[in-house]
Amino acid sequence: MIGALAFTSPLLLLGLIALPILWLLLRAIPPAPIRRRFPAVALLLGLQDEDRQADKTPWWLLVLRALAVAAAIIGFAGPVLNPDNRAPGTGPLLIMLDGGWADARDWPRRLDKANGLLAEAGRAGRPVAVVRLTDAPDEVKFQNADAWTGRLAAMEPLPFVPQALENWVKVLPDAAFDTYWLSDGIAHAGRDALAAALDAKGSVTAFLSPRPIFALRPAGFEDGAIALRAARLASTDAADVDVIARGPDPSGIDRELARGSFAFAAGSAEATTKLTLPPELRNRITRFELLGQRTAGAVSLTDDSLKRRKIALISGAADKEGLQLLSPTFYLGQALSPVADLIDGGLSDVIPANPDVIILTDIAKLTAPETDALLEWANKGGLLLRFAGPRTAASELSRSTEDALMPVRLREGGRSVGGAMSWGEPKGLAAFPEGSPFHGLPIPADVTVAQQVLAQPDPDLSSRTIAALADGTPLVTRKEIGAGQVVLVHVTANAEWSNLPLSGLFVQMLERLAVSTKPAQPEAKDLAGLTWVPERVLDAYGADTDAGEVAGVDGAMLAGASKTGPTTGLPPGLYSSADRKVALNVIGADTPLAPATWPAGTVIEGIEIVKAQALKGVLLTAAMVMLALDVLAALWVSGRLGGAARAASVLLALALMPHDARADDAKAFEATRGVVLAHVLTGNAEVDDVAAAGLMGLGDQLWLRTAVEPEQPMGVDIEADELAFYPFLYWPIVADQPLPSTAAYAKLNRFLRSGGMILFDTRDGDLAGLSGASTPEGQMLQLIASGLDIPPLEPIPQDHVLTRSFYLLQDFPGRYAGGAVWVEASDPEAELQDGMPFRNLNDGVTPVIIGGADWASAWAIDPDGVSMFPVGRGYAGEQQREIGYRFGINVIMHVLTGNYKSDQVHVPALLERLGE
Amino acid sequence: MSLSADLRARAETLGQSLPALLAEAEHLAATLMLGEHGRRRAGQGDEFWQYRPAHAGDAARSIDWRRSARSDAHFVREREWQAAQSVTIWVDGARSMAFSGAVDRAPKLDRARLLALALSVLLLRGGERVGLSGMVPKPGRAQLLQLLAALETEDPADYGSPEVAGMVSHGRAVFLSDFLGKLEPVEAALTAAADRGVRGVLVQVLDPAEEEFPFQGRTIFESMQGSLRHDTQSAGDLRARYLDRLAERKDRLSQLSAAMGWHYHCHHTGVPAQSALLWAYTALEGGR
Repeated sequence: MIGALAFTSPLLLLGLIALPILWLLLRAIPPAPIRRRFPAVALLLGLQDEDRQADKTPWWLLVLRALAVAAAIIGFAGPVLNPDNRAPGTGPLLIMLDGGWADARDWPRRLDKANGLLAEAGRAGRPVAVVRLTDAPDEVKFQNADAWTGRLAAMEPLPFVPQALENWVKVLPDAAFDTYWLSDGIAHAGRDALAAALDAKGSVTAFLSPRPIFALRPAGFEDGAIALRAARLASTDAADVDVIARGPDPSGIDRELARGSFAFAAGSAEATTKLTLPPELRNRITRFELLGQRTAGAVSLTDDSLKRRKIALISGAADKEGLQLLSPTFYLGQALSPVADLIDGGLSDVIPANPDVIILTDIAKLTAPETDALLEWANKGGLLLRFAGPRTAASELSRSTEDALMPVRLREGGRSVGGAMSWGEPKGLAAFPEGSPFHGLPIPADVTVAQQVLAQPDPDLSSRTIAALADGTPLVTRKEIGAGQVVLVHVTANAEWSNLPLSGLFVQMLERLAVSTKPAQPEAKDLAGLTWVPERVLDAYGADTDAGEVAGVDGAMLAGASKTGPTTGLPPGLYSSADRKVALNVIGADTPLAPATWPAGTVIEGIEIVKAQALKGVLLTAAMVMLALDVLAALWVSGRLGGAARAASVLLALALMPHDARADDAKAFEATRGVVLAHVLTGNAEVDDVAAAGLMGLGDQLWLRTAVEPEQPMGVDIEADELAFYPFLYWPIVADQPLPSTAAYAKLNRFLRSGGMILFDTRDGDLAGLSGASTPEGQMLQLIASGLDIPPLEPIPQDHVLTRSFYLLQDFPGRYAGGAVWVEASDPEAELQDGMPFRNLNDGVTPVIIGGADWASAWAIDPDGVSMFPVGRGYAGEQQREIGYRFGINVIMHVLTGNYKSDQVHVPALLERLGE
Repeated sequence: MSLSADLRARAETLGQSLPALLAEAEHLAATLMLGEHGRRRAGQGDEFWQYRPAHAGDAARSIDWRRSARSDAHFVREREWQAAQSVTIWVDGARSMAFSGAVDRAPKLDRARLLALALSVLLLRGGERVGLSGMVPKPGRAQLLQLLAALETEDPADYGSPEVAGMVSHGRAVFLSDFLGKLEPVEAALTAAADRGVRGVLVQVLDPAEEEFPFQGRTIFESMQGSLRHDTQSAGDLRARYLDRLAERKDRLSQLSAAMGWHYHCHHTGVPAQSALLWAYTALEGGR
């Protein structure tokens, strides 16, 4: 063995000694000469070679040959890269996987490694046990390696960390065994005890991944910006990691909303960054994740703590100067401004801003439009929080009938307890009933109510009461309005009637009502007493999925998990209770991320799998390639490669040469030599041939009878060819031809607008009109024409210029007679005038002629000038063919001369004007 | 026969693209033969020369009545005195002419024969008398067949030497060869021709391979029949010196022909034959 390279038969390497001998041998043999017949040899006679060295083999050829032989010798010696030299062990083997979120970064490689270890143990016949430490400790049983293979493949990492590893010590078997520990490198609780216990049982080999672990801590607010912290393990070099904030965009699609970057200094395990976002964007964020880290630890779900609600504070009276502490909104403003965005202004101004909460402090009178707007807003999910006060108590609001924007009816005047003029003491608060959003909040003893408005006893009253005084009178009542709700606090928002607004309970109650949100991690008391249902759960790779129907968890447990991290029953995710949401993340604000330490004597290996690789094939191939090169080189040296090399270089040049436009140019030259009648290539060879032959026949007739002398007809590919050269296109419709592309349509429309004409021929004159339904060709024509810029059409009128542009015609037969032929509709305003045979039609050539008479077949001639297809019967048929030719001539005349013939209508008038 | 028919067809095609050759006739007395070479004086011929008033003694049928009807006097239409030329063509039929440097290129002999025949077609059409060396020059298109038959003959020697036999004194001569053999026979032939007052053109037909010498590596060069051979270790090294020698050979031929009043031209089989034919046409007419 030489380093990581071994040979199966190293003795063969002695053959390398022969290389210098080979060198000398090869050097002495010159390449064989070529005999050439060459008449000018007479001029060569007497010329001496300048360089006699040329009869030796060139040095580079020698090197090539020596290398080839060396590669062959080494190849046959059987080199093996990375030979597997681990000594197989004996006895039972325990394979341990951490199976936490940190394993997710390279889980497939861990599985591969574990599989490799398992297979190795299987070959050695060792009994094996595979353990995932994130599972609850269970008895470790050694089994056949094969039994584990399937189970191992089904294992997935779990989105939390192994807990209380010391529990595993108890379930370890008594007998001695070796351990392979595929560790994620994090010091989990109790792993020292476990490691010590394993060490006592036998040798422990740890497999560690060199990849660093990154973790993202929950986001928080700091000075109006989102503060983010990230931690890493193996804090070695400086590194930059991007963090992205994701959330739904306005259309509800999850996308990246913002991006920041953590700059880890060298040797530092923590990094921070800040994101400053507008509230609209910030409230959308559902999760932060570290870019490129596919683990649950690199994901931090956000909850209400990041959301800041928009709250409109509206007070009845204009604030009096100097009485700020008595202002009905002062305490609300103090409680809410750190955690919410407050909106000021009149009611009609703030509703369009769509606040989450509108707080009305002691406002009794609302105008009808205001009421309607508030109702509509509340129906869509708004929370209307009303506070009572002297004005409410004095008004007729919700007195006899329940107001739509009040949860209960009110008694007149309210009551006053414990005042100077009343009996009794100010009342304390009763414990919050179960089902109330305030349930579980501790009630300070010093909170008292001296004055309040009273609710009329109604059947709904008890169900609408969510907080009451010690004597049972309702203090806070609530009513649902559509998706929203209205909440009435029966005291004032200032300290006038009660000292509740001065207490911490007031702030907690606002939080519970989801009026305000807490900026930091929830405390146990914030969560206690409520049932929290998971909405979204994270897997170990950081992907969140819908939790589905899962039982809710107690708030206390959730509060505990948010300190110690998620566990089996409490997966990381988003938990909700009523309107509040709490995220349970893998990494908390203080979750430690410490490297694992190993007891002395532990063997530590990487988890990278290096496979033994036989290099024999590679080397022999290299030798063969070099020998092949040697053949070419030898030919080249002896001057026999000339032709082949030139051919190869020409081929190479041809292959590399970009397509030049010369062919296109040639076609353009052909097309512009004279008038060229063209037909559209349909892809159906038969139809295309007939179209070409038809235009050939028509062209012959034009030569014979008219001054138009067309060149050879051409087929036109509407996708590739330029159409501007052709005045006329004949387009036979085939039912299965492909539709033109967008570019081709643009070209065709340009062609039509610039005076070109297309004669569409559906070639179905024998069928069309018989059954009433359109033929496949007709449907295809409709499809094709839908993309074309075609004006309104009409059947050729009797006075159309096509009927007289060369021949006088009244019908237009091709191979089939009697079908309608459609052209651009004439001006509807044109009317027949007295003494005029034709209407005075406006200028312009019809851009399309549409028919189904199969004109090309009637016109078609074969190379001998004989008609290709019969038309009709006998002489009448030949007459029909003649009329068909005349139609074709009229069409071409019309295309080329426009409506010149139409102008002849004016000849009588012109003559008259000239005085003849 | 099919080969020669093909050759004749190609030659006629080539000949059609040029106007009839009108060689300068210097030695009228030596060749008093009717032809289409105007002598710039009245005489027998086909071309109109001038109208002159009729004298006494002119035959009545010699009077041009159309011209005479336009005036009171009678006029006689006179024609130009025309004479013909004898041209002798020598085509080198030796083995060296059978060389071709590429598979798709015809041998030099093919090109030489084509040029000879095309020239013959032109000359015969112009009324000249044409013959290959050793033949008696004769006019008329029938002579083409004779020429064709004579062109078929080949020379088994490696290098050919021009023949002066059959040359008409004060006639014209065309030598078509690669002139790669010894120069002494050429020199002797030219001297002999000059002695007889014969002037003409030398057309050296070469293959592009002979012009470029595109050879590399260890090579043994042999003449077509193997009479000469040269062994080299590195053909590429010889190129510059070979080209020098070739240029020297061309220069020598050029000087030789200029001294004798001949014209020299080097033609490559890699280019179309028209250029060489045009050159030979103008050169025979007495041009450059």
